[in-house]
Amino acid sequence: MSKKSVDTAIKDQAVVCNDDVVLEVEDLVVHYVLKKSVVEAVNGVSFKLKKRRAIGLVGETGAGKTTTALAIMNLVPDPPGIIKSGNITVCGRDMLKLKPQQLEKIRGKDISMIFQDPMTSLNPVMTVGQQIAESVRLHERVSKQEAFERAIEMLELVGIPGERANDYPHQFSGGMKQRVVIAIALACNPSVLIADEPTTALDVTIQAQVLSMMNDLKEKCNTALVMITHDLGVVAKMCDDVAVLYAGRIVESGTLEDVFNNTMHPYTEGLFNSLPNIENRGAELKPIPGLMPDPTKLPAGCTFADRCSYATDACREKVPETRRVSETHTVACSRYDEPGFRIEGWQHG
Amino acid sequence: MSSKVKTQSMISSQYQRENQLLAVWKRLRTNPGAVVGLIILCALILIMVYSVLFISYEEITVINSKNRFAPPSAEYPFGTDEMGRDLMKRIFYGSRYSLAVAFGSVFIGMVVGIFFGSIAGFFGGWVDNLIMRIADIMSSIPGTLLGMVIVTILGANLINLLIAVGVASIAGFIRMARASVLTVKSNEYVESARAIGMSELRIIFTQVVPNSLSPLIVTATARMATSVLSAAGLSFLGFGITAPKPEWGALISGSRAFLNYAPHLCYFPGLFIMLMAFACALLGDGLRDALDPKLKK
Repeated sequence: MSKKSVDTAIKDQAVVCNDDVVLEVEDLVVHYVLKKSVVEAVNGVSFKLKKRRAIGLVGETGAGKTTTALAIMNLVPDPPGIIKSGNITVCGRDMLKLKPQQLEKIRGKDISMIFQDPMTSLNPVMTVGQQIAESVRLHERVSKQEAFERAIEMLELVGIPGERANDYPHQFSGGMKQRVVIAIALACNPSVLIADEPTTALDVTIQAQVLSMMNDLKEKCNTALVMITHDLGVVAKMCDDVAVLYAGRIVESGTLEDVFNNTMHPYTEGLFNSLPNIENRGAELKPIPGLMPDPTKLPAGCTFADRCSYATDACREKVPETRRVSETHTVACSRYDEPGFRIEGWQHG
Repeated sequence: MSSKVKTQSMISSQYQRENQLLAVWKRLRTNPGAVVGLIILCALILIMVYSVLFISYEEITVINSKNRFAPPSAEYPFGTDEMGRDLMKRIFYGSRYSLAVAFGSVFIGMVVGIFFGSIAGFFGGWVDNLIMRIADIMSSIPGTLLGMVIVTILGANLINLLIAVGVASIAGFIRMARASVLTVKSNEYVESARAIGMSELRIIFTQVVPNSLSPLIVTATARMATSVLSAAGLSFLGFGITAPKPEWGALISGSRAFLNYAPHLCYFPGLFIMLMAFACALLGDGLRDALDPKLKK
């Protein structure tokens, strides 16, 4: 009886899914409560993702990218992780208020996730075909054989010959494993796909292949994409929108054009300055000085102030508000209170 | 998908599985100890099959007072006992008990142990604490004593002996299963399974348990040796299968009074108990090497 009521509950809610916004994160706060300290991993992240769009979450290690992704799936390991506040809406359903059973129906069906390391994200004792078929059978009432046929189709879609469905993960190379992982994630045609650094573990030539394949699939399957990466090149290739994360906050967000060509936040500028310049190979890299603040003791004001060349005393006192620069572009920096303030801007070379 | 590809793939799927077994077999074959163990175990199984087909219960229980305590000879290879019964036939007949206990009790211990052990390891917290403390209590009682208590409560017969020996092995399996689940559950494929909407229980039984099985198979095989010994021990003490049924432990127990002038009555059952335990232990050792993924290449 309970299963049926879950089914109908989901059906009722599914009507809202026609809405244009498939994923909405509002003021998300996630902390990891340890014995002696609290890790403030995500501190008020908000963004929206529309159908068929791709957003890139960019930031360095420890900025809260993966925690944000896990929170969207409601998979933050608990304990120690706690989603303190915020709203996450996937296709009109509030992920944080659903029962575990309802969540299981949404994960994989409406929203799916690809993990960083393809070497370890496949079950070594099941054939890849079985694993894709399993994903199909979790969400659709099909026979084993139909599911297996779907698995073969999915494999071919990601560019792996169907005959290999009966091979085990250890018989595949890293790039092919990541393709299989993508096939599993897309098997039920989710509206949103979260890719957590999907190409970090692959070498550069394979990275390019996997990325362009993901781009094709995104178009084919009408999937919206959340691309988590620290690689600005990947963002430029894959995404329509960008959100730059620093110490659990979005410091700048906007369209690719806004953030790349009209950079406003000093941190974003720092990120671009620390990339090698392909047109002027002799140019010196300008890394951002210092390290990200310890997430267990975040400073009171702007978290970037200590590394920022524009910082004033005021920056260290007050957490900067997010201000809207244009229809699409936002930036969280107090210096923009001063009329006429501009950063030096990212120099093209 | 065309049906041709499908059929092909089904065939190759079967081929794959055979291939894996073949690989384990190839590695097992290179280990002389394991091969000896396997041969002894197979011989004992053949003996059991022979005894089930050709030796009747009447034949081994009928008293023949003319032939008491005959030493081993061509007619009676293992000699005869105090009632003139052919010892070889009795031992052969008794093989079914030892094999049943070896496989049955380990099966009970393994199923129950894996179930609770994997739940404890997977969920952690108070569930883990509760299950592990119960396992502690179970392992603090000596196995023989626990077996005696269980047989006393349930009554002395094969099934109860099997349960008694099995229950005594549960704690070990719980511990073993928990340990290997703990290492497997932190793997990324478990997280991935969650991300495609698999339920926790399904994750345990499709992702975690299959991946933590190989140390458990090794433990199970080695445990069979201990089980044979404890079953024989319980029967020796009169808590297992009792005379006139020729359980090996019971045979030794019956021969005690005549140890001085008919020692063969004790040697032969003892030899078979030893062979059985020895075979299981050797095979367990060999399987540990053959199933170790690190030795794959």
